[in-house]
Amino acid sequence: MVEATLRSAIEVDPAASLAARRHWLGRFGVYSFLSIFAIIYILPLFVIVANSFRPLPEIVQNGLIGFPHSLSFSAWSRAWSSYCVGGTCQGVKPNFLNSLELTVPATIISTLLGAMNGYILSKWRFRGSDFLFASIMLGVFLPGQIALMPWAFILGHIGLSNTIAGLILIHCVQGTSFTTLFCRNYYVNIPDDLIKAARIDGAGFWRIFWKIILPLSPPILIVTVIWQFTGIWNDYLLGVVFTSGRNQPITAALIGLATGNTNAKIYDVMSAGVLIGAIPPLLIYFFGGKYFVRGLTQGAIK
Amino acid sequence: MTQAIVPAAVIEAPAGPTWRERLNRALPIIVLAPSLIASLVYVFGFAIWTFYISLSNSSLLPSYDFVGFHHYAALWSNTRWKIAYTNLFLFSGLYVVLGILVGLGLAIAIDQRVRAEALWRTIFLYPLAVSFAVTGSVWKWLYSPDAGIEFFVRSLGWTDFTFRLTTDRNTAIYAVIATGIWQSSGFAMALFLAGLRSVDPDLVKAAQIDGAGRFRTYRKVILPTIAPIFIAVAVIMLQFAIKTFDLVVALTDGGPGISTQFPANYVYDLMFQRGQIAEGAAGAIMMLAALAVVLVPYSLYLVWRKRQESGHG
Repeated sequence: MVEATLRSAIEVDPAASLAARRHWLGRFGVYSFLSIFAIIYILPLFVIVANSFRPLPEIVQNGLIGFPHSLSFSAWSRAWSSYCVGGTCQGVKPNFLNSLELTVPATIISTLLGAMNGYILSKWRFRGSDFLFASIMLGVFLPGQIALMPWAFILGHIGLSNTIAGLILIHCVQGTSFTTLFCRNYYVNIPDDLIKAARIDGAGFWRIFWKIILPLSPPILIVTVIWQFTGIWNDYLLGVVFTSGRNQPITAALIGLATGNTNAKIYDVMSAGVLIGAIPPLLIYFFGGKYFVRGLTQGAIK
Repeated sequence: MTQAIVPAAVIEAPAGPTWRERLNRALPIIVLAPSLIASLVYVFGFAIWTFYISLSNSSLLPSYDFVGFHHYAALWSNTRWKIAYTNLFLFSGLYVVLGILVGLGLAIAIDQRVRAEALWRTIFLYPLAVSFAVTGSVWKWLYSPDAGIEFFVRSLGWTDFTFRLTTDRNTAIYAVIATGIWQSSGFAMALFLAGLRSVDPDLVKAAQIDGAGRFRTYRKVILPTIAPIFIAVAVIMLQFAIKTFDLVVALTDGGPGISTQFPANYVYDLMFQRGQIAEGAAGAIMMLAALAVVLVPYSLYLVWRKRQESGHG
């Protein structure tokens, strides 16, 4: 090994300038590679942001890719409150509010259930608990289509067809598989001795959860909240199957808007509408993305 | 032994110590039970119910007259379904392989101590936050010849430039694949980057001292140590691929013709547009079968790896 080091030192020294040139070439290569991909990645975002402010005639004349020559805000207000979606002319506002009404409770409930389940399945194991965990985990992989008919049947029987409450129920049941998986895999790494010590000190089931587990949980709770929020907000399948018209969440309404108007090119209103639908999950990502990646690699994916 | 103390709110009724102890021991199971039952009904009950429907003669409404595998035969003799399944294989293969290559390339580039690392990461990761509905709608415009990329390049002066993936039934599937990769290669990047960062720096140093160049160090030392991440990324992306639905609806709506049909789209159509729920259920079961093909070997691999690890201490 010493020999090898010596040899490489001798080789490098006379060729120092060459090595420096190669270094700069390498840097240039890395940045060009990243820049080319960055342009492709940013292009769609740029296009909808720019087009939501461009007047429609300008878009039609100059194409979708271009900077705004003049700013127009009318597309935003039309998309928000007066454009006709699914028979009513109130813009995407009702659908946006539906999505909030759906996503916020469903995220909170499924996260709490997941934390509770994860806590029990990692710290209060009983006979068969590993088998139960494996079964819950299967729910993560189940294709949504498998459950459509049974859900339609159940929602019909309990009178929740075409309601946001029905969607909340479905997302809670299906989402609990994910949140349980995330939380359980994270809590497994909390030392059992900590729990044992607390029990010797007289702490019970709930107190250990509130005083020990929850204070250690923020990293994984951020992951589950981001995962659930973006997943539920962006869901299309359940929204389009179980709700219609004004009761649809925004993701389902947007596809209706896009595929329903094949002839009329309403790029400006569509851009604003699409952006309105994308803003909440984007905000969540821009503020929480760092913790998301960190937490994901800590606990969720093993 | 110590006696666990339960907050007063939990037990209000006066109960003997044995009662309390018993309740205490059962408490985790009692708390777990409701969501556990819901999950089990969802996972097993729903799958079995759908399987049963697929064997019945249901059409618009569920019925329970048993007809055997009739609907599976009907499904597999249908051109649209065969195209959907072929598309699924083509899509899965290219989407996973190219997605991993792009993600790995980006992760390695970012790992070269670049400036403004957080900015690059955010740029490549943000598509993951956006729904397929949004992704599909925007890319549909960019692919469209009369306003998108082709129009733009032509307006720059290259007047016979053509870029019209989505209007040709032979190439439309590649537009779906490219858009899928755009959406989720950032996810692969994030996982690979975390993996690269977890490689023991001494290992890398040792390789460099031994005279290995940067390329060789990656190929021989770093990438083999993060092999499990490759498998995890591949499995996660494969199960995304099998569930592909809204991307296609928003981007091509299955067209031109039926060239970009996917199983999920066809199942949806059978169940909710055509009122053939038995055949739709059969399609859903076939999707489950495709998932099993991916997940059963993966879980066996996980078990095997655990044994290896515990075997070597």
